[in-house]
Amino acid sequence: MNNSPENPQAKITVRDLTMAYDSFVVMRDLNFEVAEKDIFIIMGGSGCGKSTLLRHLIGLLEPAQGNVFYGNENFTAAGPLERVKFIRRFGVMYQSGALWSSMTLAENIAMPLEENTELAPKAIRDLVSYKLSLVGLSGYEDYYPAQISGGMNKRAGIARAMALDPDILFLDEPGAGLDPLSSRRLDDLILRLRDSLGSTVVIVTHELSSIFAIANNSIFLDTATRTQGAVGNPTELRDHSENPAVRLFLRRGEKSEPPSIPMS
Amino acid sequence: MPAKESSSPLARWTRDGGQMVLELSGDWRRGGGTADIQGEAPDEAPARYDTDELGDFDSTLPAFILSHLRSVAKPGDDAKPPLDGLPPDLRGLMELALAVPEEVEARQTPAEFSEIKKLGKTSINVWASVLSVAEFTGQSVLALGRFVTGRARFRARDFWVIVQECGAQALPIVSLISFLVGLILAFVGNVQLANFGASLYVADLVGIAMFREMGVMMTAIIMSGRTGAAFAAHLGSMKANQEIDALKTFGFDPFDFLVLPRLLALVLMLPLLTLYANAVGIFAGMLVGAAVGIPPVLYWNETVATIGLTMASLGVFKSVFFGAVIAMSGCLQGMHAGNSSASVGEATTRAVVASITAIIILDSGFAAIFTVLDI
Repeated sequence: MNNSPENPQAKITVRDLTMAYDSFVVMRDLNFEVAEKDIFIIMGGSGCGKSTLLRHLIGLLEPAQGNVFYGNENFTAAGPLERVKFIRRFGVMYQSGALWSSMTLAENIAMPLEENTELAPKAIRDLVSYKLSLVGLSGYEDYYPAQISGGMNKRAGIARAMALDPDILFLDEPGAGLDPLSSRRLDDLILRLRDSLGSTVVIVTHELSSIFAIANNSIFLDTATRTQGAVGNPTELRDHSENPAVRLFLRRGEKSEPPSIPMS
Repeated sequence: MPAKESSSPLARWTRDGGQMVLELSGDWRRGGGTADIQGEAPDEAPARYDTDELGDFDSTLPAFILSHLRSVAKPGDDAKPPLDGLPPDLRGLMELALAVPEEVEARQTPAEFSEIKKLGKTSINVWASVLSVAEFTGQSVLALGRFVTGRARFRARDFWVIVQECGAQALPIVSLISFLVGLILAFVGNVQLANFGASLYVADLVGIAMFREMGVMMTAIIMSGRTGAAFAAHLGSMKANQEIDALKTFGFDPFDFLVLPRLLALVLMLPLLTLYANAVGIFAGMLVGAAVGIPPVLYWNETVATIGLTMASLGVFKSVFFGAVIAMSGCLQGMHAGNSSASVGEATTRAVVASITAIIILDSGFAAIFTVLDI
């Protein structure tokens, strides 16, 4: 059937994706494209399947129907060995950081480098401290994940996701649980990474401030209809989307704009 | 503040013309006793509330009203029931509670307790676990194949740390248990053998029992409680914390990376621990022998004369299999644990129970085979 994406220029193409746990359908008929160097947001209410969509994109879950393409190659139809080639281009940060708890931060970041590159130990150490500096954790090389705070775990998780200078960076709720300043720094970090490394970034989040600050494309998953509510630039969606649920979400539930009664 | 006299909570359903009215009075407080409900509760929402006599209230009152409104709400009807007559604070709480309609689909249907259904479910679960054990065994063999051909990737450091954990660090407990087992065997044996004046045969008894059965059995059971449980808990919490997902997305095979070093370490260390346990058990027997008048040299000669190489290697031979069983059931339960901390506990329990059961069953199998082969 659909063995090639309609637009081979797109970095990620999702065609007719249906996600289900056994017989329970989470979302159906998802169709969207992520262009190169996009910062693409997956948004929606709690429990609507944002993280599930992310797990489908990186191959941890298999679609019930439909396909995921990277470039013009079909990721869903690829065998396990081919998939490893795709996965090497990904960097993934999980919701809780998911650092390997029996290793220090430095070892966490060094492991992908040691196993996938031929770098000398010194070069690896330098890379590790550089990645940790990028997320503001310089000096914490020898701490174990349990010894640092949740927010720091998250940032270390991002540093690990960036270890191999990935082509596509997937971040699962990077801002949740961070204080406003760290959250802002993180937004800056994501923008800079995109600009300097040319990575495509896919982010699961519902932090509106981050969404408007960094995203240039997004998908809204609608719990009520169990399919995508809208795809597009979030600022435009807020102002011009035809779907009231999307406008409501992006305005924190305020129906009219500007707010009729300013809070005093 | 003087104690205010509180009146007991009262709800009365009345009909005012065609409309249902709910009269609420008294103090609705958690300590105020059960509400007295007068009149037949209708199968519709009240059109109006009469709260002139209402005293203090806490959450019990909104909970009472909400439970009635929910029980009469028609599925799919999103219309908000009227809340006229409620005091503003209570009205605000009710509006908040009714703001999001009840998610009817989210309600879990209560589990059926029919015996036949239970039996069916259990059978399906048993079959599923048989399949998962078979799959896991197959994967282990494939992973061993990859290891032998040098294609499996795991960190050598992890391997040596595990070897230390399930080898050297297990020595104290293995020493204690096998010493005591040797001691007990010797004492019990001596009581009977002394009747025949055959105390020297305590050496044979302890030696044969330790080398054939007790050394390997006790070590395997200690290790499944100690190391098998640790494997299950470690891998289970790694799973709950998405660390295993993280391995996958870096292109590491979690099986090679986590299961293989554990399997190899235990298969390597359990035979060594078994040898050690055998030696400790015989030493304990020798001490008892010395206490009842058998000189250690004599005891030693008797032991060496009885136990040939074949018998000495039986326990060690079995321990290779037991090691694999312990490591595999620990890792299997850990890798298949759910995503919560409770499921890690369950996985640990299942790992220990499964490995001890498997060890005993395997051991009976070996006993039968050795009998047939006459060794």
